[in-house]
Amino acid sequence: MATEPQDKRSGGWSRRRFLTAGAVAGAGAVAAVAADHVLQGSLRSGKEAATTATQLSGDNSRLTFGRQTVSFDGPVQAGVTIQPQAHTRLMAFDLVESVDRGAIRRLMRLLTDDARSLMRGVAPLGDSEPELATVPAHLTVTVGVGARLIRVAAGESFVPGWLRPLPTFGIDRLRDEWSGGDLVVEVASDDLVAMSHAARLVTKSIRSLAVVRWMQDGFRHAYGTHPEGTSMRNLFGQIDGTVNPVPGTDDFAEVVISRDGWLAGGTSLVVRRIQMDLDTWDDIDRVGREAAVGRRLATGAPLTGTTEHDEPDFDAADSLGFTVIPDFSHMRRARSENRRERIFRRSANYEVMDQHGRPESGQIFMSYQADPVTQFVPIQRRLDELDMLNEWTTPIGSAVFAILPGCGPEGMLGETLF
Amino acid sequence: MSNFRMTRFAVTMTAGLLTVSLMTACSSNNATTVEKPQTDSTTTTQADSVNAQDVWAKAAPEGDMSAMFGRLTNDGDQTVTIVSVSSDEATEMQLHETVMGDDGSMKMQEKGGGFTIEPGATLTLEPGGNHLMYMELTAPLQAGADSTVTLTFSDNSTLDLSGAIREYSGAHEEYVPDHAMDHGDGHDDHEHDHDSDGHTHDH
Repeated sequence: MATEPQDKRSGGWSRRRFLTAGAVAGAGAVAAVAADHVLQGSLRSGKEAATTATQLSGDNSRLTFGRQTVSFDGPVQAGVTIQPQAHTRLMAFDLVESVDRGAIRRLMRLLTDDARSLMRGVAPLGDSEPELATVPAHLTVTVGVGARLIRVAAGESFVPGWLRPLPTFGIDRLRDEWSGGDLVVEVASDDLVAMSHAARLVTKSIRSLAVVRWMQDGFRHAYGTHPEGTSMRNLFGQIDGTVNPVPGTDDFAEVVISRDGWLAGGTSLVVRRIQMDLDTWDDIDRVGREAAVGRRLATGAPLTGTTEHDEPDFDAADSLGFTVIPDFSHMRRARSENRRERIFRRSANYEVMDQHGRPESGQIFMSYQADPVTQFVPIQRRLDELDMLNEWTTPIGSAVFAILPGCGPEGMLGETLF
Repeated sequence: MSNFRMTRFAVTMTAGLLTVSLMTACSSNNATTVEKPQTDSTTTTQADSVNAQDVWAKAAPEGDMSAMFGRLTNDGDQTVTIVSVSSDEATEMQLHETVMGDDGSMKMQEKGGGFTIEPGATLTLEPGGNHLMYMELTAPLQAGADSTVTLTFSDNSTLDLSGAIREYSGAHEEYVPDHAMDHGDGHDDHEHDHDSDGHTHDH
């Protein structure tokens, strides 16, 4: 918790902020120190101040990222490739019965106008809370579609063969309320207020054409808490998403981005809502936890390595002849010899309270790949057959969408459908 | 001159609140903007002098009322006056202003003498303020489509305004005319239906 000093503006932001760490030595649990107090010397000694507050001085604009924006325009929607933001809301919609091709075009125009404005930090037309749009904090609005929408807009021949529900897996306990949908909009930001406003605006904007089917909120580490590019930790404490194609590389384009016809520049999104049983996970000691995944908890390094991105040695054996990385481990089972069987993960944690305040924790697993049937499904089949983590995880929702290609400054999302 | 009362606001809000526009910022610029080439002032019509920004209209079903909003800037050196507005999408359109009545309630009424814009000035049309009123839609205004209206100026020049149709729940256009009973109670019902199941109104 940090306390904001008095706001002093002189030609832009001149607000000073302090990041505080720990408690004031000998003064009880004062975890947050107002900057003014530091400046006024209200702390007893410089030494105390040094141990309680780290001042990020100088150009304060570096500390304020609220007005930083992500460009909407581009061949690939920005929400696919940007460093994952702290907050994400996935919203799936069902089209109303009466929609026709013309209505889909109107839907796409509304989504495009809203996404373009919101990502620029500009209130869309008719926004009744326009001030909430001005601090986007890396907001992205990303649009994907289901088979029905494509069929109505452009006909059956435009529906990719892979755009259908995933095959049933033995571990699945899917609920309809977390599955399927004709349209998905992901609104993500490093500021929760910006995300909330954008989500509501989009939902309101398209309410005559699409009704909400489900919404899922996910979270990751706050912006600035870790160096850019750091893999997130899930609620089991594991570093998650280590093996991932890197946006901007040829490998990423090959694994993730579609080249097929109208969808060129688009991709597929697999959403899986996966419950994680933290209570039974508590029963497992660190050795067991690390064996379940095949990686060290502290570093994310494979059990045969020392740093997170070391290549695992699946043949390495211990003195008893057992493989160091167990055959049942999540990492071993997810890995394929077939280079095509790779995906781009962009997952988020979730935690929701029931009416009695009891939390349910889990992960909104999100993976992007050019073709989920040939890339995601083989991996999931292996994990379904054997993966130690299945002991503590239960998929309760599942959906597949075609993420639309991006578009240029004058373009409209979905324009290649028309 | 027709005089309309905005019934829902009148019963739920105080006059003091209503003196402040409910929407003070129309800050997007993704509306269709009408650009007019500037010509010699001796041949420049009033319509030529006016540029529009952030034009949008409120989605509404056929038969209902609606309104168009936006910002109109007079970039010429002569005062311009908008004297009327029309559209193929409504049986009638009116230039409306919002004023406080004797009883403290806000009333929509036709702007006598039209909207005058001084050189360099901008006329803001917004929910709760001045607006272009569709009296009875001959077709639904569907979110995501465009609506076009035609402004006529005092020199008989005309300007087409086109903007996106957007969902908007404020600025209820269920005005009950004080002395035009053909837009009576039936309208309340219609509007209510739209509010409760608006998503099914896709024609």
